[in-house]
Amino acid sequence: MQAADKLVGMVVALVAFAVVIGAILLVVHLLERRGARRVAWWFIGPTLLLIAVGLVYPALRTVWRSLYDAAGTSFIGLGNYTDIFTSGEQLVVLRNTVLWVLVTPFVATVVGLIYAILVDGAKGEAAAKALIFLPMAISFVGASIIWKFMYEYRFYDPAVENNPNQIGFINQIIVWLGGTPQNFLLNSPWNNFFLIAVMIWIQAGFAMTILSAAIKAIPSEITEAARLDGVSSLQLFRFVTVPSIRPTLIVVLTTIAIGCLKVFDIVRTMTAGRYGTSVVANEFYTQSFSAGNQGLGAALAVLLFVLVVPIIVYNVHHLRKASR
Amino acid sequence: MNVKRKRRYTLVAASAAALALVLTACSSDDDGGGGDGDGGGDATSSADCADFESYGDLSGKTITIYAGIVDPEDQPYKDSFVPFEECTGAKVDYQADKQFEQQILVRAQAGNPPDIAIVPQPGLLAQLVATGTVKEAPEAVAANVDEFWGEDWKALGTVDGTFYAAPSGASVKSLVWYSPQEFEANGWEVPTTLDELTTLSDTIAADSGHKPWCAGIASDAATGWPVTDWMEDFVLREGGPDVYDQWVSHEIAFNSEVPTAALDAVGTFLKNPDYVNGGFGDVSSIATTAFQDGGLPILDGQCSLHRQASFYAANFPQGTDISENGQVFAFYLPGKTAEDKPVLGAGEFVTAFADRPEVQALLEFWSTDTWANLKAQASVDRTNGGWITANKGLDASILTNPIDKLSADILLDPNAVFRFDGSDMMPAAVGSNAFWKEATSWITGQSTKDTLDKIEAAWP
Amino acid sequence: MSAVQIDTATVDGPVTPGGGRETTAAAARRRLSKPWASLFAVVLAVLWTIPTLGLLVTSFRPATDINNSGWWTVLTNPNFTLENYETVLSSDSSQSLAPSIINSVVITIPAVVLPMFLATLAAYAFAWMNFRGRNVLFIAVFALQVVPIQVTLIPLLSLYVDIDIAGTFWAVWLSHTMFGLPLAVFLLHNFMQEIPGELIEAARVDGAGHVTIFFRLMLPMLKPAIAALGIYQFLWVWNDLLVALTFAGSSRDLAPMTVALLNLTGTRGSQWFLLSAGAFVSIIIPAIVFLSLQRYFVRGLLAGSVKG
Repeated sequence: MQAADKLVGMVVALVAFAVVIGAILLVVHLLERRGARRVAWWFIGPTLLLIAVGLVYPALRTVWRSLYDAAGTSFIGLGNYTDIFTSGEQLVVLRNTVLWVLVTPFVATVVGLIYAILVDGAKGEAAAKALIFLPMAISFVGASIIWKFMYEYRFYDPAVENNPNQIGFINQIIVWLGGTPQNFLLNSPWNNFFLIAVMIWIQAGFAMTILSAAIKAIPSEITEAARLDGVSSLQLFRFVTVPSIRPTLIVVLTTIAIGCLKVFDIVRTMTAGRYGTSVVANEFYTQSFSAGNQGLGAALAVLLFVLVVPIIVYNVHHLRKASR
Repeated sequence: MNVKRKRRYTLVAASAAALALVLTACSSDDDGGGGDGDGGGDATSSADCADFESYGDLSGKTITIYAGIVDPEDQPYKDSFVPFEECTGAKVDYQADKQFEQQILVRAQAGNPPDIAIVPQPGLLAQLVATGTVKEAPEAVAANVDEFWGEDWKALGTVDGTFYAAPSGASVKSLVWYSPQEFEANGWEVPTTLDELTTLSDTIAADSGHKPWCAGIASDAATGWPVTDWMEDFVLREGGPDVYDQWVSHEIAFNSEVPTAALDAVGTFLKNPDYVNGGFGDVSSIATTAFQDGGLPILDGQCSLHRQASFYAANFPQGTDISENGQVFAFYLPGKTAEDKPVLGAGEFVTAFADRPEVQALLEFWSTDTWANLKAQASVDRTNGGWITANKGLDASILTNPIDKLSADILLDPNAVFRFDGSDMMPAAVGSNAFWKEATSWITGQSTKDTLDKIEAAWP
Repeated sequence: MSAVQIDTATVDGPVTPGGGRETTAAAARRRLSKPWASLFAVVLAVLWTIPTLGLLVTSFRPATDINNSGWWTVLTNPNFTLENYETVLSSDSSQSLAPSIINSVVITIPAVVLPMFLATLAAYAFAWMNFRGRNVLFIAVFALQVVPIQVTLIPLLSLYVDIDIAGTFWAVWLSHTMFGLPLAVFLLHNFMQEIPGELIEAARVDGAGHVTIFFRLMLPMLKPAIAALGIYQFLWVWNDLLVALTFAGSSRDLAPMTVALLNLTGTRGSQWFLLSAGAFVSIIIPAIVFLSLQRYFVRGLLAGSVKG
């Protein structure tokens, strides 16, 4: 296929999409003219259809598959689940996933929030923000390459004369400070935090941009009032800024947490889940497509859904409060 | 895009001409070392097409191949099909990526397989056959395998009594890389028994000022596999080929006596802080060192011994003198006695998911000695060798690389006790998961007993 | 509610002289005794930039230097080359990334436009239309964010084989649209709720239908939010590996840059000189897109919303 053919194909696809959606909306418009009230389904129909095909159907199939054995031939009920909860290695996988979900959103949001406040209205705000956001533009695989390079380890033996030069920056700093270089990706469970750092590095930019937009939307009257009362800056932060952006904070925390539940590329690229760093998405892929145990893989994926329930409940609670 | 296509086409045409030259050169008793891509174009392709007449006219047909063999080793494969394409008119579309081993399963299960896959493990072949999408090998292929490979290799491509996949390339794994120049300078001798190997390791550790062995087992999702090779080699040496077969087929437990002794024996090398890890640090650094980098410290004199398969030759920088008296070379990992010569090897299997005439024609061509020699020549031209096969029709004079010659000698030696890589034949839950994973944990400190118990528990 | 809290707060700071309108954050920053606040911001910025900077410098260094000394040594021993980029981009090399750039573009544009438009429509319905099962459906859509892509590979690929679009761009576009919708609907719904209800009520009273309100009112007001989310979806699609690999296959005709990057090092080991240059080639386009659209982030996510 030539480049031009591909581009033409792309334009054709976009036009086709515009025609279909345009036709739907035209129909809705005409219906509304005639006084029809119930047109909501036309708006959400395409989305629901695509989600049903692309996500609901595979999810249900996964639940069903998790009740069968490795080969998918005999029904074993909850056998795969008991396997997971009695296997020390699978428990480590679950522990790591929980670690990711708890640590990443919190740290990334705090860093993003602090930075958003520090640079707000400052000279060169746009450039300062771009520096933090730039990691977002880097693929997970690319970011993993970058950090693998940061963590790169060369041995250092004080007894030997010509040790190799460190080429990883973090180990070089340790050497400059007089310490012994560490093989960061090796020692469980700490290596998990070094992988999580990569995700924080990426997601802080996301948190910062969204939160910064929310902060700017806080009506100035509130600030003025607080200032007249002479509150300190920390109090202003705690009692004005944070409450005003609370809905946005929840959205940001939720989005990052769900991103962490699904984290795959970072673990795959940096350690491939070895040295006690595997997470559910990586283990699902390994069990299903390397180890030939789709039943266990499916059960792990179902546990992912279960892990997200608290996050959903919390958000639903908030949704209710907001719409009241 | 346009320009690039043209360029690639001329490249293909040039190499086709070169191959045609080689074909005629081989028949005229030359040593076949020439034909370095300067393709004069005086070789008329029609003269060589006689061999392909039986396949008929396949113009306009396309055969897709999917493999995990990527740059730079993919090019010789593409080259080796060029005469087939020229003479039959069929087009061979070779695609490869590093996620092959997972993606081929996804594609087979979803009903979207390629026409042909190059499968490096009999265990994966069995998994693919279980999806019901693999086609039985055509009779002509079976006949060629009988003629050029023999029973052992045919059995490896057979699942539940049905022969599916013909072997393609092969490698010898029982090799230890070393520096002949360093050995010469220090008066060290290539060992002929395992005991001598241990003594040599002690000598190097005491005299040289560096650790004798270096190793690396990191390999993305397959991290740990080099340890499984070590263990297989030692099961073969501790227990002999029969016990090895029982261990691979799980007639004896994974954690029974001989395998335990074997892994402990590996431990006297790989987990011995006096022996490893030259150029990289302590024992645990083996776990995070890329297997491709594992033997490179030999070149800097930071390590003297590295156990790795014949294909490791490709990992030394271009210009490295790999020969009997050069910077690096390999010796056979000795048996318990000098007479005892078990060989561990591996290979690839050509698995078909379609039975269209053009696919069958390519499969048949692929299983011939003609193809084996074309491929060997293409590898010599493109990657300075690094590819051998157990096809008995291989013309050893094509091989220019001393390591390839050594490996081919070992592989084709009728007296060698050859065994295929065990982890590649075990069920996927062990062979491509638990064994790799636990072997990695073993390096980072897990005991031999725990390691083998966990692998035994993972056996489906 | 914040006002009440302020009243109860202890007053211990001096009253700030001078007027002028500024945001709370600016006020907070100004009062967070400037020197260490700025210092902290600078430290964070440096921390966040060093890893990328290190790789950028590395990508211009000769292969042997990369393996033998740290990138920071260029300060004392500058030695640069363009060779790594030549290898990565040259049309002779089978590792070349060049042909995959166009594939990435062709994959990304529809895979951003489709989900963004569909999600805006759906988010509007969820936020401003009354229909039965609205809340349940919205929660379901939100919850489906968690379905990992890996579980969809086989079911979706089977489906694409059945309708004969496996191994085409259609399969990739459709998949990205499906996977992008839940998050986009969720976030757009949140922004949409912040639009004052009176505006919509007024329009309804004037007799405007939902289609009219959607195009005349919602789209213009949400333009910054849609642009911001569009960037997010763009980055996600541009950087995706698994979807493209599975649904487009590994044909060089369809493979995006991420797939090319995966195979860049070939069968060799840690080839930092190729990886670093390859990674940078793949970053350039998303970085340009982001920098040219980032004003939407800086201004706020709703056009014309009232603020100080």
